[in-house]
Amino acid sequence: MLEWLQQPWPWYVAGPIIGLMVPVLLLIGNKRLGISSSLRHICAACLPAKIPFFQYDWKKEAWNLFFVTGVLIGGYIAATLLTSSAPVQVNEKLLAELQLYGITDHTSLLPVDIFNWSAVLTLRGFLLMIVGGFLVGFGTRYAGGCTSGHAIMGLSNLQWPSLVATCCFMAGGFIMANLIMPFILKL
Amino acid sequence: MHPQDTDTDFEVRSLDPGYTTDQNPPWWHNTKYLIGGIIFGIVLTKAEVISWFRIQEMFRLQSFHMFGVIGSAVVVGALSVFIIKKYKLKTVSGEAIDLSPKSFHKGQVIGGLLFGFGWAMTGACPGPLFAQIGTGATVIIVTLASAIAGTWVYGWLREKLPH
Repeated sequence: MLEWLQQPWPWYVAGPIIGLMVPVLLLIGNKRLGISSSLRHICAACLPAKIPFFQYDWKKEAWNLFFVTGVLIGGYIAATLLTSSAPVQVNEKLLAELQLYGITDHTSLLPVDIFNWSAVLTLRGFLLMIVGGFLVGFGTRYAGGCTSGHAIMGLSNLQWPSLVATCCFMAGGFIMANLIMPFILKL
Repeated sequence: MHPQDTDTDFEVRSLDPGYTTDQNPPWWHNTKYLIGGIIFGIVLTKAEVISWFRIQEMFRLQSFHMFGVIGSAVVVGALSVFIIKKYKLKTVSGEAIDLSPKSFHKGQVIGGLLFGFGWAMTGACPGPLFAQIGTGATVIIVTLASAIAGTWVYGWLREKLPH
């Protein structure tokens, strides 16, 4: 059992569990799945700076901060207790392409050739980590949700604005990964 | 005090016009969400949803994995919401389940595209950022801090952006 849990989980196991978060959160406390709002609550709690968007009682949404703390702990548990030592399986074509940019290490889920502390201040690291992170925070709140809030919760609730948002997430990702990333990775 | 007429953030339920539950429950009521989050974090990590490689494969159409995860999650979620609505299920404490519709605005297109760019670059949406830090990739604290800054700048510029 433990050995099975240590292998990477297939999509048909993980997807349904993720989908079940929607009714579980609704039934245990009338909460809507949505991770990106945690970033807004952190702003409202730490630096509201009289901005109207951050003037609300974030403590009423504290459940969301508990949830994301749990996600962090879950990542820790999965990486310590439920981990296998095998390298991450990556599509051959992708590996070959990444090799051109000097990205050869696929022992962990994040390529350590890009995501490491000494790379933060290189141009490539700055673009991927800092500019990329900024776009995640800015874009999700502008869109009113992220993959969990729009693609999973919103589509589950058959909201067409969420379908528009999900299509735009995907379109943005396709444009970035195929047309722009090659230039960034070359840096 | 709240700009509620324009602020239709579906994810911040306490801003809903009809929201009545006023008192804050004691903090330990939130432990169930902590446990839910732990399960969510384990699944995201074990299914490699938090993997930068998986996200690159998805956007290059080199693997079905991520489409399978998101697709099956939506099917299960939609079926659950359908059952909840059809049988008018209540929460464990007997509250009626509240699912207000979302309204469309231009942010879902513009913000959606910008988030898509960031998703491909970082290989992470907001949930995976937290899980990645948990797995020991401490440098992602920088990415998360930058995402918080991005949300802050959105809030600051909000009145000037097209919606």
